[in-house]
Amino acid sequence: MSTEAEGTRAAGRQVDEPGDPIGTILRIARFAIHDGPGIRTTVFLKGCPLRCAWCHSPESQRAAPEFMPQPDRCIRCGSCTAACPHGVLPAALADSAAPAGCTTCGACVEACPTGARELAGHPMTVDTLVALVERDRIFYDESGGGVTFSGGEPLLQPEFVLEAAASCRAEGIHVAVDTCGHVDPDALLAVAREADLFLFDLKTVDEAAHRRLTGVPNDLILSNLERLAAVHPRIIVRFPLIPGVNDDEANVRGIGALLASYRLTRVDVLPYHRAGLAKYHRLQQPYALEEIEPPSPSHLAGVVKRLAGFGLIVGPS
Amino acid sequence: MTERVARLRQLSLDTRPTLSTERAELMTEFYRQAPAVPLPILRARSLRHLMERKAIYIGEGELIVGERGPRPKATPTYPELCCHTLDDFEILDTREKISFAVSDEARAAYRDKVIPFWHDRSIRHRMFEQLPQEWKDAYEAGVFTEFMEQRAPGHTVADDKIYRKGLAGLQADIDRQLASLDFLNDLEAYDKKQQLLGMRLAADAVIRFAERHAEQAERLAAVEADPTRRAELELIAATCRHVPRQPPRTFWEALQAYWFVHLGVITELNTWDSFCPGRLDQHLYPFYKREIEAGTLTRERARELLQCFWVKFNNQPAPPKVGVTAAESGTYTDFSNIGLGGMKADGSDGVNEVTYLLLEVIDEMRLLQPSSNIQLSKKNPERFLRKACEVIRKGWGQPSIFNADMVVAELVRQGKSVEDARCAGTSGCVEAGAFGKESYILTGYFNLPKVLEITLNDGLDPRTGKTIGLETGDPAAFTAFDQVLDAFARQLRHFIDVKIAGNQIIERLYAACMPAPFLSIITDDCIAKGRDYNNGGARYNTRYIMPVGPATTADSLSAIQYHVFDRKTVTMERLVKATRDNFAGAEPLRQLLVNKTPKYGNDDEYADRFVERLCGMLVRDIDGRRGPTGSTYHVNYLSTTCHVYFGSVCGATPDGRRAGAPVSDGISPAHGADRNGPTAVIRSAARMDHARSGGTLLNQKFTPSLLDGDDGIEQLAHLVRSYFKLDGHHIQFNVVTADTLRAAQKDPEKYRDLIVRVAGYSDYFCDLTKELQEEIIARTEQRQF
Repeated sequence: MSTEAEGTRAAGRQVDEPGDPIGTILRIARFAIHDGPGIRTTVFLKGCPLRCAWCHSPESQRAAPEFMPQPDRCIRCGSCTAACPHGVLPAALADSAAPAGCTTCGACVEACPTGARELAGHPMTVDTLVALVERDRIFYDESGGGVTFSGGEPLLQPEFVLEAAASCRAEGIHVAVDTCGHVDPDALLAVAREADLFLFDLKTVDEAAHRRLTGVPNDLILSNLERLAAVHPRIIVRFPLIPGVNDDEANVRGIGALLASYRLTRVDVLPYHRAGLAKYHRLQQPYALEEIEPPSPSHLAGVVKRLAGFGLIVGPS
Repeated sequence: MTERVARLRQLSLDTRPTLSTERAELMTEFYRQAPAVPLPILRARSLRHLMERKAIYIGEGELIVGERGPRPKATPTYPELCCHTLDDFEILDTREKISFAVSDEARAAYRDKVIPFWHDRSIRHRMFEQLPQEWKDAYEAGVFTEFMEQRAPGHTVADDKIYRKGLAGLQADIDRQLASLDFLNDLEAYDKKQQLLGMRLAADAVIRFAERHAEQAERLAAVEADPTRRAELELIAATCRHVPRQPPRTFWEALQAYWFVHLGVITELNTWDSFCPGRLDQHLYPFYKREIEAGTLTRERARELLQCFWVKFNNQPAPPKVGVTAAESGTYTDFSNIGLGGMKADGSDGVNEVTYLLLEVIDEMRLLQPSSNIQLSKKNPERFLRKACEVIRKGWGQPSIFNADMVVAELVRQGKSVEDARCAGTSGCVEAGAFGKESYILTGYFNLPKVLEITLNDGLDPRTGKTIGLETGDPAAFTAFDQVLDAFARQLRHFIDVKIAGNQIIERLYAACMPAPFLSIITDDCIAKGRDYNNGGARYNTRYIMPVGPATTADSLSAIQYHVFDRKTVTMERLVKATRDNFAGAEPLRQLLVNKTPKYGNDDEYADRFVERLCGMLVRDIDGRRGPTGSTYHVNYLSTTCHVYFGSVCGATPDGRRAGAPVSDGISPAHGADRNGPTAVIRSAARMDHARSGGTLLNQKFTPSLLDGDDGIEQLAHLVRSYFKLDGHHIQFNVVTADTLRAAQKDPEKYRDLIVRVAGYSDYFCDLTKELQEEIIARTEQRQF
């Protein structure tokens, strides 16, 4: 459920309080029911150290705001060109990304009547964010839900997330953090003190495969998971199952054995889906996995069974 | 489902509705030789005339018996209320949707007998003679509709008295009342006596109708070869001899007793929203419990009887309207809406074993009628809500969910005793009422966006070219938003006044000319007061006006304030001109209004406060005003399908809506306006004060994937409980994908059984008009991310 810029305005505050850490928010989803217990608000922060080939949220990868045009909405009215304060936006080019000289100030987005020009990522203060999160308190109270910081990678903006998590917790709101693990260990442990639950993504135990599939090695991820497991009581490991990529028996067994050795108890298997495909097209990026189909139910059941063999509770159901 | 039920259900589904002139012909025959007796007695005798002569139908394998027409789906007409023309019959017979087969015999009967007698005697004819021109102008412009112009008042629900007393017990009450009349001191004693005698006679008419079923069952039993069926027919005969005259002794008798009473109400007059058993689980539970404990009933037999009962409702399509006004509400549904759960008179949890049995029946039957809802109190167990959510998830639109605690609050605010409020519930679509004790009449829908259009045109209705409103000034000259709001408020008050002035005539007309003695017997305190239901006899008398399109109106006001006065992105003159031109040559402006305007349904105070202000105006203009039978007006936010009709007569609006497009339904956000998900919709909807209404209707549409697994049910339940904590009145869910609906449009044969939630009810998707189908597809599909 996108709130985007409307949400910022809806919160009734401007981004002008000095000294407050400012985060770059990709999107805020209300009534998120798959990012931890109950009804939650998931805050997606922009920027990620990984480049997973299957990423369904490619607009979350780069740290800076970027244009994500919807060319089919463009009616060639020229409002964007007229609104550009730098005079760098060519006429009727809703589908162009940022041209040279663009500061991603957002004037064209504001002026566009159809929403054809959209900016992925906008700055927000902690206070604004927390006020927005608090709006759904009654739903959290009723359902045992709360807020989930996700991304991108929330811990690439550790000060912001730490303060936002602490503020939410002070308000009695349950805090979950969804991390890829490839982050500064100190930041991770600091945030761990303000988080009720971790969702920790783990793709593959094989170092070379990890490097190939995500662009980074997995040593930091594994050591962070071990560190976190030692200090935090509530960790759910999330394993995205990509057919032909990381669903081989060796990897599944490797993950099972690793989690058991860290004395972790819960793993959620997330079957690959293709919902992100259109976004690659909008961002004019190639998609490496065009040919891959979601895993079959029987294949999924086999993986679940194998993981359960390590004494793990296998979710999400 | 048993083989019997499956067959009866299929027969009901397969039978094409026909128009029956049986009632009209009998009524004409009676009135041609009408005796010179006081009106209540005349009406009671006309009912007896019908009940003594109309064809008796006992279908093969039926356990619950009785039809309104001569056979299932044979639908009567009510010429004393409004008289169809032969042109109407042609339209009904040939139209693509919601058609009724009309035979040549039926046409001949109308041409030769019914029309010559009734065409200038019907209530409708007299009504239009008496209503003032400004009422007619506003009506023709589509500012409001009028419920009683084709159907009688009614709109009420049974309580438990027929199970406790039987009609004989109620006749005993009448006799006591007659004996106590004080002709010396009570100057109304004579009128009361006629009313009471009429009621007594009307009860006899319905008892006689039941006995005729007993006689028919005995005749059938005598020639029945199959011993099992013979035994059933003998039991049917014994049942129909006993009820509804005496209080029922068994579960079966209880259902049959209600059904005869139901047929009595809807044969006497064509009451709006037919009639309804109300809290069926609570009424049936004592019979169920006693018989289960005695071993004379099994759960399976109870289920079969209930399912036979369900088929009976589906056999009664809503009687068709006259003229071409079907657009106002194109459906076979007659809005009998059975409620489960809630609380008992003492305020304790009302859920029992029959509640769960009924949920299973609802799930299995999947029929258009009766509709069903759950009355959810904070005291009800979570299991009850989860079971209901499991049925809802299957996606055919039932049951809807009401906040029982809020219904009590609304009714107590309206002046009901807390016990009466707890035994109350909702009926029709979402309307709160005290069952068995209240006449809560819907008087008509009211077109809010149309009032704004007329305001922006200085009193002129652009579609008819007539100045029908107040001349509140050229909006181009307005220099502040408050001037817009003031002009709108004055215009609103004006049209509410026009509506209510017309209602006063209509209310008196029914009180004076069309008593309903049978409905009066079963509604407290008609007997005690010696007054007819249509003349203020009920304990509580409420008149509802139903404003339609609050979201479209609020979004339009928001657009004016935001773009004209705050941001100055467009002048008032240009905005008004663009709406008059239906945004021709102004697509960028229209897009801006659609996409870049704060809109209701997003948990955004900027937009939501316009709905709050609008509701404040409506309460100020409507709430507490009085009608001539001692009734009191209140506001009710439901639209049924009228938001489609109202949209079709309304020009483009400042929220970017094009001319002719549907306006928003109930209190739901305008189509596609809500972009922050269901929690934001709920928070916006909860900002209006539901306690100061007699009901609100909130539609939410989900894709099935959102509600997968136990977790999906759990989160749906949490969503409902949260809305009710915020004092919401009602919420209902369409669980179906847009793709499925598109497929059904392309291949209707394949999707005949696809039922969707329309407004306060569900309907077969393929029976809906193209516009309404589009409108349901367009409702924001809530997806997960």
